[in-house]
Amino acid sequence: MLPRLLQSTALAGLLACSAFAARADTPAQGGTIVVTYKDDIATLDPAIGYDWQNWSIINSLFSRLVDYPPGTTKIEPSLAQSYDISPDGKTYTFKLMPGVKFTNGREVVASDVKYSIERAINPKTQGPGGGFFHSIVGSDKMLDSSATSVTGIEVVDDHTVRFQLVQPDATFLNVLALDFASVVPKEAVEAANGDFGKHPVGSGGFKLKEWVVGQRIVFERNPDHFRKGVPHVDGYTVEIGQEPLVALLRLQKGEVDIAGDGIPPAKYLEVKNSPDSADIIVDRPQLETSYVTLNTQVKPFDNLKVRQALNMAINKDRIVRIVNGRATPANQPLPPGIPGFDKDAKGYAYDVAKAKSLLAEAGYPDGFSTELYSTNTDPQPRIAQAIQQDLAAVGVKAEVKALAQANVIAAGGSPGQAPMVWSGGMAWIADFPDPSDFYGPILGCSGAVQGGWNWSWYCNKAIEPRATAADAVSDPAKAGERAEDWRKIFSDINADAPWIPVLNERRVVAKSKRMGGSDEIYIDPTRVIDYEAIYVKQ
Amino acid sequence: MVIMLGRRVLQAVLILLGVALVTFVLLYWLPADPARLIAGRNATAATVVTIRHELGLDQPLPVQFLHYVTGLLDGDLGRSYTQKTGVAGLIAARIPATLVLMAAGILVEVALGLTLGILAAVWRGGALDRSVMMLSFVGVSAPQFVVALLLLYIFAATLGWFPMSGFGSVRHVVLPALTLGILGAGWYARMVRSAMIEVLGQDYVRTARAKGLSGKRVLVRHALPNALLPIIAMIGIDIGQFMGGVVVVEAVYGWPGIGQLAWQAIQQVDIPIIMGVTLVSALAIILGNLLADVAAPFIDPRIRAR
Amino acid sequence: MTRVFSELTRRPLALFGLIAIVVVAGAALAAPLIAPFSPSDQMFDGLSLEGAPLPPSPKFLLGTDTLGRDLLTRLLFGARASLAIGLVANGTAVTIGLAVGLVAGYSRGVVGNVLMRFTDLMMAFPALLLAIVLAALLHPSLWIVALVIALVNWVQVARIVYTETRGLVERDFILAERSLGAGHFRIVAMHILPHLAPTAIVWGTLGIATTVLLEATLSFLGIGVQPPNPSWGNIIFESQSYFQAAPWLVFFPGAVILLTALAFNLVGDALRDILDPTQRGKM
Repeated sequence: MLPRLLQSTALAGLLACSAFAARADTPAQGGTIVVTYKDDIATLDPAIGYDWQNWSIINSLFSRLVDYPPGTTKIEPSLAQSYDISPDGKTYTFKLMPGVKFTNGREVVASDVKYSIERAINPKTQGPGGGFFHSIVGSDKMLDSSATSVTGIEVVDDHTVRFQLVQPDATFLNVLALDFASVVPKEAVEAANGDFGKHPVGSGGFKLKEWVVGQRIVFERNPDHFRKGVPHVDGYTVEIGQEPLVALLRLQKGEVDIAGDGIPPAKYLEVKNSPDSADIIVDRPQLETSYVTLNTQVKPFDNLKVRQALNMAINKDRIVRIVNGRATPANQPLPPGIPGFDKDAKGYAYDVAKAKSLLAEAGYPDGFSTELYSTNTDPQPRIAQAIQQDLAAVGVKAEVKALAQANVIAAGGSPGQAPMVWSGGMAWIADFPDPSDFYGPILGCSGAVQGGWNWSWYCNKAIEPRATAADAVSDPAKAGERAEDWRKIFSDINADAPWIPVLNERRVVAKSKRMGGSDEIYIDPTRVIDYEAIYVKQ
Repeated sequence: MVIMLGRRVLQAVLILLGVALVTFVLLYWLPADPARLIAGRNATAATVVTIRHELGLDQPLPVQFLHYVTGLLDGDLGRSYTQKTGVAGLIAARIPATLVLMAAGILVEVALGLTLGILAAVWRGGALDRSVMMLSFVGVSAPQFVVALLLLYIFAATLGWFPMSGFGSVRHVVLPALTLGILGAGWYARMVRSAMIEVLGQDYVRTARAKGLSGKRVLVRHALPNALLPIIAMIGIDIGQFMGGVVVVEAVYGWPGIGQLAWQAIQQVDIPIIMGVTLVSALAIILGNLLADVAAPFIDPRIRAR
Repeated sequence: MTRVFSELTRRPLALFGLIAIVVVAGAALAAPLIAPFSPSDQMFDGLSLEGAPLPPSPKFLLGTDTLGRDLLTRLLFGARASLAIGLVANGTAVTIGLAVGLVAGYSRGVVGNVLMRFTDLMMAFPALLLAIVLAALLHPSLWIVALVIALVNWVQVARIVYTETRGLVERDFILAERSLGAGHFRIVAMHILPHLAPTAIVWGTLGIATTVLLEATLSFLGIGVQPPNPSWGNIIFESQSYFQAAPWLVFFPGAVILLTALAFNLVGDALRDILDPTQRGKM
């Protein structure tokens, strides 16, 4: 996973609804805005883009069968006029809206949907999204290149497409709302000759106007967009290579409307305590947990008492202070807002004496030496040092290895290599608001493989079938039951202490005073920034 | 001269090959799997295998290298893993900005360094000499990032004399070039001062003085050429270094140079981009040094071109 | 030796430099005895309630850093790593560069050509990448940092020295010595090396400052002084974006780096004057 900051939460959704009611100023049409990022925009190909810069841009260039209304986590038909789910939960039939056009003028038809999803699954596309479509019949054959099409996607007629699933999947509509499921015209992909990411053609609210490589990308309104009144701004320009400190300064001077990288730690307090902070800071919880993985296959972390002791050794309040209060202490793997989050759970309270006695019971009265991996971008090495100091207080000498992100990912995914990894900067943020997203790859057996993301190498055979069962509950009426199943699963996992859950980080974005719209569309639960919903105050 | 140039071009090709090979082997050793990074966290093992195959990463190192070099002969630098587009295009788009900043930065460095160095040498031991010496140490001890941001705060954000960010006009280049100049001029000033003082003490200079040559003439005819030699060598080095990109200065001023591309590629293990940038900067270094060697005999005629 | 020392102490600037070096080296050695706190102690009262570092105060004489550690203590302990890097790594680089540049510039023909093309190769060599690979494969240590820094820096010295030597060998006095039948060793030692001394001093002393800062970049990539151990470079590096909110975090370490490099330069310049008879009395 690249540093993804996709966040989503049912709680955020609820908050969103109430907030919308409270300040329903009418969005104005028109105006163009400037957005900045430090890193280059890698690609605008929806089958490939998977970082938090291009995710929201791609979202605004393409449309999907279903989508989320701005700032919420509730699925709505979009390119599809309507959809129908069979009683056994294994067949999904979508009716496409007629007359929707790609920006090249051609109408969007059902075969485009099949082509686009198969393209996202096809390993030859070299995209990261293929695995999300695992529920579709035949997708496994395409994923390992033994088939060239997916039998479970059927074009019934020009305006009807049907999906057959291997088993019921409660998250399938969420998957179809991901950027990876965006509909693209085959002829444009082929005409781009492998460079579709630089020449995107879709049917979203915006289209690409100009791309000056290494400097800026200009987007303009798609005049033929099928949703009336969308988008609000006439266009937006993304300037890249912008140092966050300078971007913030330019924003305060009115040159920039959204500083995409947020407010750097060094400036946060100054901006927060300034008189116009309320106008320029958007600060919201995101569905994220930052944690330390404890490698359960490495001594002494194979000992449950050691893992529990370390969970009690961390002073999370002090770490919250180090990040200037931009987070809350976490006590369980799931972040607040995800169904299954246990608001009554206490987790492991900070207790140095008890941690020491547990270590002594485990046979380590004098502690031990180990390594703590971390990425090397501020503030992660600082947080790793804070954890290091807390561990030293119970006798555990942890050497901090602060490396480039790619190296940390490689170390975490190599068996027996990284005893502890601080996940900050690479932390798990949900692709969609569902607890299953927090299990499989990072705490399930399937992720505990060479090159996987389960850096605790935690694999509990007793929990696997319970997780599979919970995932198959697709009936919306049983959502409460499903959440309860997941709550118990994660509570049992936390008892095994494969992680030290440390923080739930909030996301902070800076926007210029002229920008209108509720906070939820600047920190959208599924889109990061909703370019189609933001507007300039008149 | 022509023979020497021909030989140097041949050697340059060999050096480039050597650099390519070393870089390739280093990247091969680097414990990070590009296929894994591309495949994302939901990928199955089979997908990763397929992607690795698509990228040709499953082949033995010599085969991969041979494949890369054959591509080079066609002017093909490969395709970026993360950006899924040709590396040559990505680098070419950033060359103009890199060249502009290189030229402007070196110009400021040399102008500042020569002036201060000569003044310090002429009035050596005086207040001016001492100040130049202090300044040169301040220049090298100050972190680039802080100097760049300070200049930006003062001259762009507060006084508004220059734009805060971007590329395109002469006004855009002033602050980045000034930052590089201020940081690098200390080296030039110290080198010029040392070289001139050294010459001013030589017998032939004293003889020239005794023969009644004016101070200015002695300076221009005898002392300066001697000081220019190391300066030329340093410019050659700087050409190479600046062509490889100046990450910090580019980042602060939003300058679309090669440095930012390279830094991002290293963080993401985007091997084709790393290879491309390394080769481009290696080429610049070789050319820079060649220029310095060729220029030396013209500056100091006693050196015969070999 | 005593003559050199007494000459040194007679020059006020050199004396100042000498004292500064002794003070810095002494502070580095005595750090555990004189430092008010422990260098890695993140004190709860070392941060404001909002988590901001504290400015200089009677308790924290030079203020605290972004983790609430005492800056003075960290500078004292950081002197150890930084002095070692500045002297060892930079010293090695200058020595190698001097040797290669001198041999290449003096012995023309094949040897010189091969040496200089090797220098080109090393200059074009992606040292940053090597650093990253080493960081991922090896245990971080000061010696690897020193190695990488020496690898990066010697080539530039070699280029400069080469160009200068090329100019020197054509000078009349060298040609004269040659025709008188002086051996190569004698010519190099007696006539060429002294003329290269100014260059060596400039690079050897300005290089201390850049090397100390370069070490921070390498630490960032994971091969140098690793957290929580301080070095002057990583103190600056960790906090450079805070230079407005907490200027003391950049100013004080910057000042000690400057002072150290300057001190070595003052002593170096004076030594050169004292040891080089042709220069005596001219500075």
